[in-house]
Amino acid sequence: MSTTLEITNLSKDYGDFRLDNISFSLPKGYVMGLIGPNGAGKTTIIKIIMNLIMKQSGAVKIFGKDHQKFEVEVKKRIGFVYDTPNFYEHLNLKQLKNTVAPFYENWDERTFNDLIDRFKLPLNKTLKKFSKGMAMKSSIAMALSHHADFIIMDEPTSGLDPVVRRELLDFLRELMVDENKSILFSSHITTDIEQVADYITYVQDGKLVFSKTKDDIFEEYALVKGGNEMLDLDIRKGFVGVRTGAFGFEGLTNNLKETKELLANNVIYEKASLEDIMFYTNLNLKTAY
Amino acid sequence: MKIIISNASAEPIYEQIGKQIKAQIISGDLKEGEGLPSIRKLAKELHISVITTKRTYVELEKEGFIDVVGGKGTFVAIQNKELLREKKMKSIEDMMGDIVAEAQKLGISFSELQEMLTILYGADE
Repeated sequence: MSTTLEITNLSKDYGDFRLDNISFSLPKGYVMGLIGPNGAGKTTIIKIIMNLIMKQSGAVKIFGKDHQKFEVEVKKRIGFVYDTPNFYEHLNLKQLKNTVAPFYENWDERTFNDLIDRFKLPLNKTLKKFSKGMAMKSSIAMALSHHADFIIMDEPTSGLDPVVRRELLDFLRELMVDENKSILFSSHITTDIEQVADYITYVQDGKLVFSKTKDDIFEEYALVKGGNEMLDLDIRKGFVGVRTGAFGFEGLTNNLKETKELLANNVIYEKASLEDIMFYTNLNLKTAY
Repeated sequence: MKIIISNASAEPIYEQIGKQIKAQIISGDLKEGEGLPSIRKLAKELHISVITTKRTYVELEKEGFIDVVGGKGTFVAIQNKELLREKKMKSIEDMMGDIVAEAQKLGISFSELQEMLTILYGADE
């Protein structure tokens, strides 16, 4: 299996924020969701991958090649969708396309027109009159009209209404029928990630919490609910985080098998959502300080 | 082919899909040699991860229900109906084993158990 993205021991120190020794990789043909609270380092990682900011140490390889040494070659095969459009507000979509297209040898006019049709985007309206949904869709159309093999999206779904978000997710699913494409997308809307990602990479405070397949995560993590009398020190230690109330506790385990051996049928087990996982991991980090 | 998955179920999704495909092969709704959708098509249609659908197909192939032919696709394995029935019988036997163990734990007698089965099977009418 060839690897689309491989990040090894990536670090960058901003003084007040530090991206700390991040490593993960994305095999070809899969979707990876990058999650974490605001300010966790998601955008920093993406900007480093795109070589928009310099890393301090570590390695980034895209299609097996160093992202700086082979920057031009590698970027031709990347479609980049970023969250803050855009510098060309006075242009309309047609003019924008005419500006961008010449930079790509592989620019495909037909794909572009198909996408414009599909997203029902007007070609002659200036971009500053676009709604947020339209702006995101045009950003995607621009990024996907040169047969990119690796699509990187920074917060593509934030600020979009549920209808447009679902359209976008459906579109991503369709793309992934082609096994040569890979997608990395960041979001703090964990339900979007849960719906389309094969791999999930979770960063918090500049550190990697995990990078795993979604299936593994949902097999290992679970919410556990039960009476407070069940909650002795050992049990408590086994949880990522626990909340207790007057009538019982709710905790998150990251080792469901072991928890089940300990607590058997004395408690209730429920599937943990990514949001639960983020919430309790965050709780844990806060109490650790 | 018809597949319905439940996100609320405790049963892993790859197993839910596997069970339904198996059931359709055994019932003959899916014929021997019939093509199955690719893992990517299936993932797209069911809104689940490719990793999940891949796992289903790997398990089904291990159990001999399907053949994955590199470059061509995935097909319902050619195998005799007897063998399938045999497999299904084996799984019923396993389930009965669980029932017996559970019944013995609770001190339920053989005749009581037999009575339950008679009623459930509808053989008492």
